[in-house]
Amino acid sequence: MAKVFIYPATSLVLSDLVERWGHEPLGAALAIRERIQTASLDSPPLQMTPEEPKKGLKWAAVEVPAGVRGRMALYGPMIEEADAAIIINDADLAFGCMGCSRTNELVMYLLRKRTDIPLLDIKYPSSEEEGIAFVASIKEFLAALGGGEDA
Amino acid sequence: MKEQPVRIAQLSCGPEHSGVQKEIYDAAAMVNAEMFFPDVTLADIRRSYDEFGLEARSGDLKLAIARAMALVEGSVEADAVFIATCFRCSEAAIVRNELRRYIHENSDLPVVSYSFTERTTSGTLLTRMEALTTIARRRALLAREKQVGTTLGVDSGSSTTKAVVMQDNEIIGTGWTPTIEVIKSAETAMESAFSEAGLKIGDMEAIGTTGYGRFLVGKNIGADLIQEELTVNSKGAVYLADRQHGEATVIDIGGMDNKAISVQDGIPGTFTMGGICAGASGRFLEMTAKRIGVDITELGAIAMKGNSKEVPMNSYCIVFGTQSLVNALAEGHSKEDVAAAACRSVAEQVFEQQLQEVDIKEPVIMVGGTSLIEGLVKEMGMLLQTDIVVPHHSQYIGSVGSALLSSGFIRGE
Repeated sequence: MAKVFIYPATSLVLSDLVERWGHEPLGAALAIRERIQTASLDSPPLQMTPEEPKKGLKWAAVEVPAGVRGRMALYGPMIEEADAAIIINDADLAFGCMGCSRTNELVMYLLRKRTDIPLLDIKYPSSEEEGIAFVASIKEFLAALGGGEDA
Repeated sequence: MKEQPVRIAQLSCGPEHSGVQKEIYDAAAMVNAEMFFPDVTLADIRRSYDEFGLEARSGDLKLAIARAMALVEGSVEADAVFIATCFRCSEAAIVRNELRRYIHENSDLPVVSYSFTERTTSGTLLTRMEALTTIARRRALLAREKQVGTTLGVDSGSSTTKAVVMQDNEIIGTGWTPTIEVIKSAETAMESAFSEAGLKIGDMEAIGTTGYGRFLVGKNIGADLIQEELTVNSKGAVYLADRQHGEATVIDIGGMDNKAISVQDGIPGTFTMGGICAGASGRFLEMTAKRIGVDITELGAIAMKGNSKEVPMNSYCIVFGTQSLVNALAEGHSKEDVAAAACRSVAEQVFEQQLQEVDIKEPVIMVGGTSLIEGLVKEMGMLLQTDIVVPHHSQYIGSVGSALLSSGFIRGE
């Protein structure tokens, strides 16, 4: 079983796929809903305190906005803990999205910098044909990490 | 029966992850308001994003745009709007500014925008929230244009405490003292005002308080109206400047923080309050006066004789500003030029940090103690390329606003 960081971290589809292959998804532990009634698209499930942006200083300097550092306090440890990662670029909002673009840039960079782990870095499909290839590539990636579907 | 809470729509990016959402909730609760997040769908976000035309990349900024459009279009109802994004995020600053302008131009909703850090507290947000709820809740009171009866207004500010007695729409007594002990200073200022008016506190038909010490002083003297300085000063400014109808911009450079308020018919539409550092406040001018060996009351006239462009000065930070001041004097610049440069620097800081957050509409009215520093008014006028209006009794603006508005309580409005 591998710990797989998923980006967007709120993608229920990715999270399900990773679990189905017997791996552990590392992400936001929440899914995007059609109606948004919270402060953020990816409101944290638990209330965060002003301590979190300070913890985030490990990944981003003090001149970086507090929201980025607070998010990094959540995602930074997961990126370090990950055995593998999947990045879906330019995903549709409904597939999964995160609130802060600056954090997204930093998260993706830190994942790409982890050359010691396997990384699937692909674009969100724009046609049915691309969609089939998209799912197949994710399945192939997860299978290569060990385990199997509904393992 | 308890008043219904004022519903404030929150459009934001980052407060939860910065750990300050609780502070926002707490500040709202203190003024019997409740924050809510306008309910929108992913489809609304896609549509709004295309229609609004601002290519923000952050999901939460796209969400804020959709929510702003829902408020303007009326699919979601609110009493006021609070826009908050992370300090130091340029993308958010652009969206925050454009949303504030969009809501101001397309609705009657009062709006305040704020950029927070993880150190933002409910105390910092309180005055802003109070102003939002006052505008939403007390429009009838804020519409008052004449003072009636005999009333007292006390402004317990961070640097000075001022008191004004008004009778039948005239100022008949004033008092002023530096703020040391809040209640004692208020008593001193009131004594002067009563003495000049030939009246005593028992003659007052209504009392209003404002400023940092408003709650303490208000409770102590049994005030009918205890109200934050943003709405009170706006009202006082347009009243004294005789610009109660139409648009105006009120600038109040205080001893500790500054206020810039865009006003329509005497009621604030958008406003900002704060300042990065005391270098953008009257405190820097006090330090300048002390360093060049003159009283603060003389600084303005001295600055008028100088040329601000002769001395490079940047008071973004009061420490660096003071360094520039000391260096300029050491290089042999005249105290007139240094005083003018200090005035220009404070005006620039207010212009760069705060006036970008409100739409400048003429007339521009400067109030508060610093409006008596002619050099500062001149530099601000040059920056804004307009003739600044400084009304009579401008240093008593908060007290006058309080005395005016509290007169609404005489007949229980």
